[in-house]
Amino acid sequence: MTDIEKTIEIEVMRYHPEQDASPVFKTYRIPYASDQSVLQGLQYIKDYIDGTLSFRWSCRMAICGSCGVMINNQPKLSCKTFLRDYYPGKIRVEALQHLPIERDLVIDATDFINKLESIKPYIVPREARSLEQGEYLQTPEQLARYEQFSSCINCMLCYAACPQYGLKPEFTGPGVLALLHRYNADSRDGARADRMQIVNAEEGVWGCTLVGYCSEVCPKQVDPAAAVNRNKVNSTLDYFLRFLMPGGGESG
Amino acid sequence: METIKVDIAIVGGGGAGLRAAIAAAEADASQTIALISKVYPMRSHTVAAEGGSAAVTQAHDNLDHHFHDTVAGGDWLCEQDVVEYFVAHAREEMVQLEHWGCPWSRKDNGHVNVRAFGGMKIERTWFAADKTGFHILHTLFQTSMKYPSIRRFDEHFCCDLIVENGRCHGAVVIEVATGKFTFIQARAVIIATGGAGRVFRENTNGGIVTGDGMALAYRHGVPLRDMEFVQYHPTCMPGTGLLFTEACRGEGGFLLNRDGYRYLQDYGLGPPDPSPRNKAMELGPRDRLSQAFWHEKQKGKTIDGPHGQVVHLDLRHLGEKKLHERLPQICELAEEFLGVDPAHAPIPVCPAVHYTMGGIMANGETASPLAGLYSAGECSSVGLHGANRLGSNSLAELCVFGKVAGSEASKFARSVTSHHSGTLEKQAEDVKQQALGIITRSGGTERMAILRTEMAQSMEDGCGIYRTGTAMQATCDKIDELRERYRNLNIDDRSSTWNTEWLLAIELGYQLDVAQSMVYSAINRKESRGSHQRLDGYEQRDDVNYLRHTLAHYNGDAAPRIDYMGVRITKSRPGIRAYGAAGEKAEQERKNREAASD
Ligand SMILES: Cc1cc2nc3c(=O)[nH]c(=O)nc-3n(C[C@H](O)[C@H](O)[C@H](O)COP(=O)(O)OP(=O)(O)OC[C@H]3O[C@@H](n4cnc5c(N)ncnc54)[C@H](O)[C@@H]3O)c2cc1C
Ligand code: SF4
Ligand code: FES
Repeated sequence: MTDIEKTIEIEVMRYHPEQDASPVFKTYRIPYASDQSVLQGLQYIKDYIDGTLSFRWSCRMAICGSCGVMINNQPKLSCKTFLRDYYPGKIRVEALQHLPIERDLVIDATDFINKLESIKPYIVPREARSLEQGEYLQTPEQLARYEQFSSCINCMLCYAACPQYGLKPEFTGPGVLALLHRYNADSRDGARADRMQIVNAEEGVWGCTLVGYCSEVCPKQVDPAAAVNRNKVNSTLDYFLRFLMPGGGESG
Repeated sequence: METIKVDIAIVGGGGAGLRAAIAAAEADASQTIALISKVYPMRSHTVAAEGGSAAVTQAHDNLDHHFHDTVAGGDWLCEQDVVEYFVAHAREEMVQLEHWGCPWSRKDNGHVNVRAFGGMKIERTWFAADKTGFHILHTLFQTSMKYPSIRRFDEHFCCDLIVENGRCHGAVVIEVATGKFTFIQARAVIIATGGAGRVFRENTNGGIVTGDGMALAYRHGVPLRDMEFVQYHPTCMPGTGLLFTEACRGEGGFLLNRDGYRYLQDYGLGPPDPSPRNKAMELGPRDRLSQAFWHEKQKGKTIDGPHGQVVHLDLRHLGEKKLHERLPQICELAEEFLGVDPAHAPIPVCPAVHYTMGGIMANGETASPLAGLYSAGECSSVGLHGANRLGSNSLAELCVFGKVAGSEASKFARSVTSHHSGTLEKQAEDVKQQALGIITRSGGTERMAILRTEMAQSMEDGCGIYRTGTAMQATCDKIDELRERYRNLNIDDRSSTWNTEWLLAIELGYQLDVAQSMVYSAINRKESRGSHQRLDGYEQRDDVNYLRHTLAHYNGDAAPRIDYMGVRITKSRPGIRAYGAAGEKAEQERKNREAASD
């Protein structure tokens, strides 16, 4: 059989708050090609079978962070997950776990955005510098200390993977903690002490029970678990330094 | 319908919109700013920009060089005073991003590093590995959270502008999650909605890049300028159009035909040095490289692939270490989407639509002819790119002109009194009814995906790398027909919660208007310039008749009305646009002439 005649089944979670009490599954049969992504499969359904299916997407190249869903129970970006990895088996697509569903595959991202806003996700300059003075100097080694954590595309796959977040939505969670660490570890920044207050609260890093699944599912090798861990160590340090040093643990 | 009053409304939360919002907030902290985006701002398509952002940086470079590269790159259709302003302010904007935390790639001494880019005489492209747009966008988005006067309307879709007595008074938006309409009444409005590449079939753009803001301004009488100029990027993924950045070639990649031959040397871009030489071979401008691909294909020198003809982008000689350090995302894309490891095999590539040079007519202060309406970014035609944009000039443009738009809109908002809103609210109500009409009317028979596919195919056929009058006429007719059929659209989804089918239908309406402005602008330009190349007796540039901008005026159900305006020339008279060794010779001659006339 050539690719042209092959088909594959996709089972998609459907939920419409105006008419459904709880999510239901619907199965669609779509044409199969080995280079097609699951996102292209969903687009095929929307374009040619059922225009009412809702899901987020834009870039198609794993960088905008819109298209996270559960695929056969694992959090994934649908644009960089391919039909060939499941064929001839069935694919089951659901909304990201642990997050409220707005409709079909669309989750409510408000909590993530609020948490991101809460951690001061911007440089508070350690020392002032005017534009005429040019750039702050930062060596490749200094850049390497935070670069990986700055690569977070806010896709929230790690939230769907995190058992703690599932139990306790107040937990700041892996992605936002990675971004917090990104700023703390930046040689230009001077607001670490402020941010650590957020982390030290019960909902901050201490919610984490070190499962590490967040780093496994991260599509961008951000390794949020490492950031959470480092914050834990720093958090402990801060706790002790607070008693020893005026102004609290500005170490680091 | 609720009315929310603000001083400035910004439609678009990509690089340009965010930069404008921050500039407005810094200009006057007492003004209120609404930042409206149909997706969360960090999902905007700026996120996909890979290669970098241009600004004169090195000691042996200067503003004049950047100016000449840009103007010649644009085949002299640039507004030269605008280019002068741009090159003079680009560096300060890149430094500003650095101060806000952008993780620019560095040299060992801690200074920012620059790389070579196509059509640029000296390396001046700032980069953050090969995720420059991603980092710029996230830096701007996160920094914008510092400013309490910026009120975001995330996932709000703009369905119209409100205009009365020759002035723009705000926008009507739909909350995507609920279908709720709001009238955002503003003293000044900035459009920053990005490009329109999705009107073409194979393209590098995200699904959201549908020309919305262009269509909105156009429908309210603002001309769209130079819409025929659409850039094909020469190195894209066959089948999906996803981009392999020009930085691949800036770092030293080769383009090879089926014989393993660096074919660009046959198109006036040689000599084929083994290491990158600025403005030559693989570092020629995009229009020339895409045209060379077309010729190789005619000659049967390209390679058969499952999604059509390709050539090879060969990066093997750069070595694994450099590839992973400088081009990590390219490696990821090639490996995951094509199963090709660029360290060990060449990447199959072909041209795809990438960038819209034209857009909403704006002056150097980003103001449109409609009072109170500004534009910035890819949707705007401020006059920087002319007939062909140089890679890495547009990220810098977002910042330079995003900032201008923010401060100009702020100034304008301070200078005018607020309108009492009765009549405006009535208009907003009409807008709502019209938008709802799409999902409440019944009996439609046309399937949206079919219309969209036919439009995109027809644009590729008629407005591709090479164009003829006959093919363009066929596309004009097709787009006219599709606009007619669009009224008979069938929509499956009638709900108000996350009804993306409805919003896609509104977007398709925008796309058809923008597509129409493109093809009618193209067929009327009877010459070849930059990205607009004809094969039907108009193969040469014609400065006597066409050294001028095209203006497309909206004309309701009929075809657009086309007229022209002059190009501002300050210091560079149109000359021969040459690259490689021929380009160096031409430049030397220009210098000699200038020295003689001084
Ligand atoms: C793959 C790729 C790589 C590129 N690489 C480079 C590069 O290396 N260097 C370079 O200089 N340039 C590059 N470019 C070009 C450059 O990235 C774009 O021109 C630029 O990012 C556009 O930014 P923008 O702010 O104008 O629009 P966008 O970032 O596209 O943002 C548009 C915004 O408008 C909003 N919007 C649109 N319509 C509506 C509506 N109806 N209602 C509400 N909101 C709306 C969207 O939600 C979004 O927030 C690249 C482009 C692509 C596609
Ligand atoms: S850390 Fe990784 S998985 Fe989590 S939001 Fe960021 S990119 Fe996504
Ligand atoms: S569509 Fe952008 S990450 Fe998948």
